[in-house]
This record gives sequence, structure tokens and C-alpha cells, in this order.
Amino acid sequence: MSATETGNAVPVRSEARRGLTGIGPILVILAVFLAAIAVRQPEFYDPPSLLAFLKRAAPLVILAAGQYFVIVAGDFDLSVGSLVTAEVVIAARLIDGDPALTWPVIAVMAGFGLMVGLVNGLITTMLRVPSFITTLGMYLILVGAVYTWTGGSPRGALSEEFRMLGRRGIEGVPYLQQLPYAVLVLAGVAVFAITLMRADFGKVLLAIGDNPRAAALSGARVARARTVAFVLSGLFAAIAAVLLGGFGGVSFQVGAGLEFTAITAVMLGGVVLGGGAGSVTGAMLGALTLEILFTLLNLLGVSGALKSAVQGLIIIAAVAVGNIRRRS
Amino acid sequence: MKISTAFAATIAAVTLLTAAGCSSDIPQTNPSASKGAGTGEQSKFFVQADYDREIALRKVTPTGPSDKPWEQALDPKLVDTAKYKKAGPYHLCFSNAGVGNPWRQVGFKNMQAEVALHPEIKTFTVADAESKDDKQISDITDLLGKGCDALIVSPNTTATLTPAVEQACAKVPVIVFDRGVNTQCAVTFINPIGGYAFGADGAEFLTQKMKSGGKVLALRILPGVDVLETRWAAAKVIFDKSGVDVAGVEFTDGDPAKTKSIVTNYIQRFGNIDAIWMDAGATAVAAAEAFEDAGKPIPPINGEDQQDFLKMWQDKKLTAIAPTYPTFQWRTPVIAALRILGGQQVASPWKLPQPTITDANLSQYVQPNMPPLHYAMCGCTMLPGYPANWGGKS
Repeated sequence: MSATETGNAVPVRSEARRGLTGIGPILVILAVFLAAIAVRQPEFYDPPSLLAFLKRAAPLVILAAGQYFVIVAGDFDLSVGSLVTAEVVIAARLIDGDPALTWPVIAVMAGFGLMVGLVNGLITTMLRVPSFITTLGMYLILVGAVYTWTGGSPRGALSEEFRMLGRRGIEGVPYLQQLPYAVLVLAGVAVFAITLMRADFGKVLLAIGDNPRAAALSGARVARARTVAFVLSGLFAAIAAVLLGGFGGVSFQVGAGLEFTAITAVMLGGVVLGGGAGSVTGAMLGALTLEILFTLLNLLGVSGALKSAVQGLIIIAAVAVGNIRRRS
Repeated sequence: MKISTAFAATIAAVTLLTAAGCSSDIPQTNPSASKGAGTGEQSKFFVQADYDREIALRKVTPTGPSDKPWEQALDPKLVDTAKYKKAGPYHLCFSNAGVGNPWRQVGFKNMQAEVALHPEIKTFTVADAESKDDKQISDITDLLGKGCDALIVSPNTTATLTPAVEQACAKVPVIVFDRGVNTQCAVTFINPIGGYAFGADGAEFLTQKMKSGGKVLALRILPGVDVLETRWAAAKVIFDKSGVDVAGVEFTDGDPAKTKSIVTNYIQRFGNIDAIWMDAGATAVAAAEAFEDAGKPIPPINGEDQQDFLKMWQDKKLTAIAPTYPTFQWRTPVIAALRILGGQQVASPWKLPQPTITDANLSQYVQPNMPPLHYAMCGCTMLPGYPANWGGKS
């Protein structure tokens, strides 16, 4: 019943907002970058090399989708980067090279991601700690806990079976040569995220981000929806960790800085800081655009050190442009 | 509705672009025609005299037992220690910079096992500075109040720890190892040949295995650390002299995923890369995997003595070399401390050999029972508690 109410109440407003913060701009930016790459490096569009790019971009796109749920409801999740590191380090320690443990450990990772998300959500909603503080605290807790548990350097090893998910794919696919598993996982996550946002849950989440009080008064279970958003972010971070660990192997640096890259991607995708507007498709396209931009910078011979400066510019510009467009 | 339409449009656009890119028969610009970025400016850490000395030291035959390189010394100048002579049992103290990476973890295990070999060491007190200068300074002060007979210091940074070491020198015999300090007050300073030799070993091998004009990609962990700067400085000298084309010098932060992305990008940008030089081996496997995943043969590469790289080298028959910064140097300070307390002469400075793993001796360092991040050049295989204490399976 509450679903029908919000279902009626929200679209009027979010439809209006969508015109301002839809995915149009990000598609234009993406098209420009794609065209630039087409000029500079036409072989980028060979199916195998394009798929290899998507494979590398998949973890960030998934993280951006997870971060979207949290941001659109008006919160932040700063803990995802350290959560990814923790997950990979835990996986290596538990698997320790034993192929038989691959799937059980992936289940443990998913469980750990859900649990961290749940704790973030409950602390934010029940104890009314601002999410910025909750997840910053969680970030520090995870960094410290992993450091203590491992004594400062990861031990154990991931099995080849575990690494397959992030590294390999279905071989011998006609025309594509290899269809990376990471791309399949990405497609699954994208469909799941888009479906969720088109369901009542998504509408409630948008309403909460727009005006939590109005959403609560119209019958939305605000605390529950915000908590679920954190849980989704945790779960998506776990999935990203499986792919990243597979792609690169165990390390302490695997998740470093990912929370900011994901937030940048979400902003770039036209999602409004503070919540209430923007689409998950936009957020994912934002991540894709960011990865394309990084690839382009590399092709142009721009040093990798500029990456974070570019990210900083994008965050500021995206928020500024969003504000100007909303005011006009 | 709007969202799904836009999404479908994007997919369609991407598909179109893909198809267009694939069906074009226009000859593409040859990416390998582009020139590399070169080696850039020489590091401000570069000191020509040190470079020359280290390059020469590589050819010096060490004195001491050849089956125990941790007791060997290169060009030793012995100093008298009679004034420190003391009857046992001893209280040995160690101020450790930290155990924040696998190299230090393996090394610290070596040291603990070395201590266990000597019953005359009654107490072994360790303070872990967790990679913080301020903590190490107070650690050293604390240890001095605990009645140590000798103090071993592995400094976190050179300049900042110098006054603390000087303060300790006034009270007990001090042995410094790994990174140095700017004072001669310690009884001895123990370390292997050094960063120039490490960097040169890898770079010389690669230039021999590449054709002239070939493209080498240099991967560094981070700038500004002396032991790593000297490695790159030596490689730069050799690359500049040899006429290879340095396609780029990139920082990886020691992150395998980042390393793999960087290498993949370079393969795309230049068509192929003919050699990989690394200032440390931790991400060598990730760099090699980038070639595998791109469907290209792995070019000549240098790693380090970590098991994951050695195993890959053996399995895939790589053209590779592994200069080492041997962890067996963690055994030497304990031996030195006991010699000093026994009034025997010790080498000062104590320059340890710095072995290199090549195809010829690779098989003796591959240890499938050890964890992937274990350092083979540990001199630990005969120590009590091996392999379990080092994380290995017996």
C-alpha cells in the first residue's frame, strides 16, 4: 500500500528532476571520449581489445552501482575501498592456494560484504551517525583490522580457480575470441541494479534522497531502505573484490582510493550529491567514462600521476555544473 | 522508460562502433613507430662514486664460509671490539623499523630463528616501530632503560633516526643494518652491496636480451626512497648508454592490479613492449600476466627472489633474472652482536654479498612448499622451525 502511495507521489517530481540530471550529458561526454579514442587508436574497437577494456572497467562500474544506491538516498559510503582490500586479503588467507575452497570463500566474501553494509546502515539509521562519519570510521576499522590480522603483509594465495573470474573468460566465442567472465558478472549486476531501481524500492530510495521527511510521511520505511542501500553497496564491493583479486592477485593496495574513484564516477554520471536525483545507468556510464578517460590519457602519453588531479577536477566540476543547472 | 531507452541506445552505439572498427580495412598507423618517453632526469639521489664502488663490488670475491653468505663480507676492514667484551648470558635488544611488507616479515623470522640458535642469548627484546620515526625514537630510549647488552637497529629513515642511534652508542654497542644512519658511532653497519648493483643487474641483463632500439618499460614502486632511487638511477645509466628506447617510467605503488593496467596500456599504445625492468619484484608476476592476457609472449623481465615470480619463471620458461636484496642479512646482526660481546673483531662496514638468481641456479631457489610472497634468498632453510614458521608446508 505504501508502495502505491510512493509510486504515485514520487515520479512527478523525479520525472521533472530527470530532465535536469538524466543520462544525456554523460552520453555526450562518453561519445566524445570514444570518438577521441577512435581517432588515436582505432584498434581499441577490435572486439577482443574492447572486451579486455570492459573486463578491466567491470570492478569500478560495479562499485559505482553500489555507491549509487547509497548516494541517491542521501548518504555516502567511504568504506568500499578498504572493504575491497579486506575481502581480497581475507580470501587469500582462507583459500591459501586450495582450489576446493574457491566457492565457499566467495560465499564468505559475499557474507562479509553484506555484514559490513548492514553495520554501516544500522549505525547510520539507528544511531543517527552521519554516514560520512560511519563509513569513514568503518574504513579506518577495516584498514586497522586487516593490518593487525595479517601483521602488515598479505599471506596465503588465491587459487587459479578463484582468479579465473577476474582474469579469464569463455574461450572460442566466435567473433569475440574470449568472453571474459568479468563482463558477464558486470552484465548481471547491471541488470539487477536497473531492475531494482525500476521497482518500488528504487522509487522509495529516490524519494528518501529527495526529501526523507516527506518520504516518511507518505509511508516509506526510510531507515530500512537506507540500510538496504548500504547492504547493496557492501555486496557490490564484495563482487568487485572477487574480480579485482582475480585480475591482479593479492595485495594490500588493491582497494586503495577506490571509494573516491567510485564517488567521482557517480557524480560524473549526473547523480546529485545529497541524493534524490540521477539514475544508476548514469552512475555506471560515469564509471565507464572515467575508465575511458584514463585509457585516453594514457594513449596521449599523460603521466599516470595526473589521474587523481583529473578525478579532483571532475568531482568539483560535476557538482558545480549540477548546481548551476538545477538553479536555472 | 527513458532510462532503458538510453541504455539500449548506448549498447547499440557501442555495438555499431565495434562493428565499424572491425570491418575497416584502412591500414592503421603503426603504433610501434611512436617514440618512448626516455629516462628523464637523473635522480637527485645519484652519487657517481657510490655507483662505481657498487658496480665494482659485484665482482669481488667475498671472504668467509661460502655456504653461509650471511657470515661473508666483501673487502672487510676489521675493527677491534675488545672493549665491549663481556661474559654471558646476554640480553640482546632490537629496534625494528617495522614488519610492514613480506620482505621484512621473512627477514624478522630469520632473525628470530638465528637468536634461537644461540643459548647464550638469554633475553631477546624487540620493539616494533610500525614504520613510524617518532615511535622508533622512543622505542630506542625505552630499550636503553632495559639493560640491553647490545642494541641492533634497523632504522626506519636515515636522517631522523641518526640522533637516537648516537644517543644509544654512548651506552651500548650498536649494530645498524639494512638502511643506514648518518653517523659512524655504531660498531658496524651491515647491508648488502646496494641499490645500484640491484638496478644494474636487471638492466644489464635486459639490454643484452633485447635488440638495439627495443622498447623497455620501467616500473617503479614510488619515488623518493633512497634504496629504490638508487636502483632506478643505475638502470637509467645503463639504458642511456645502451641505446634501448625507454618507452616509459611508471609508478605502480606496488599494486598488482595497477601494474597490470599500466602494462596493458603500454602494450596497446606501443603495439608491444620488448622488456620490463622493475625496481622491486613484488608486482613482477602481474606485469608478466598482462602479456599473457593480451595473448603476447612474456618479454625479458627482471623480478626478485619471491616464490610467485620464481615459480612462474620456471613454469613458463621466462627470459628472466632476479637480482636480490637478500633477507639473510637479518641473521648477520645477531652474529655480529655475539662476536662484539665476545671481543672478536668484526667487519665494519660489513658488506654482504648480493646474489643474483639466473637460469643456471633458478631450480635451487624454487620452493613449491613455500608461500608465494616468501623470499627465497633467506638463508633460512637449515634454521629451526623451517618451513612452518615462514608459512611453508613441510
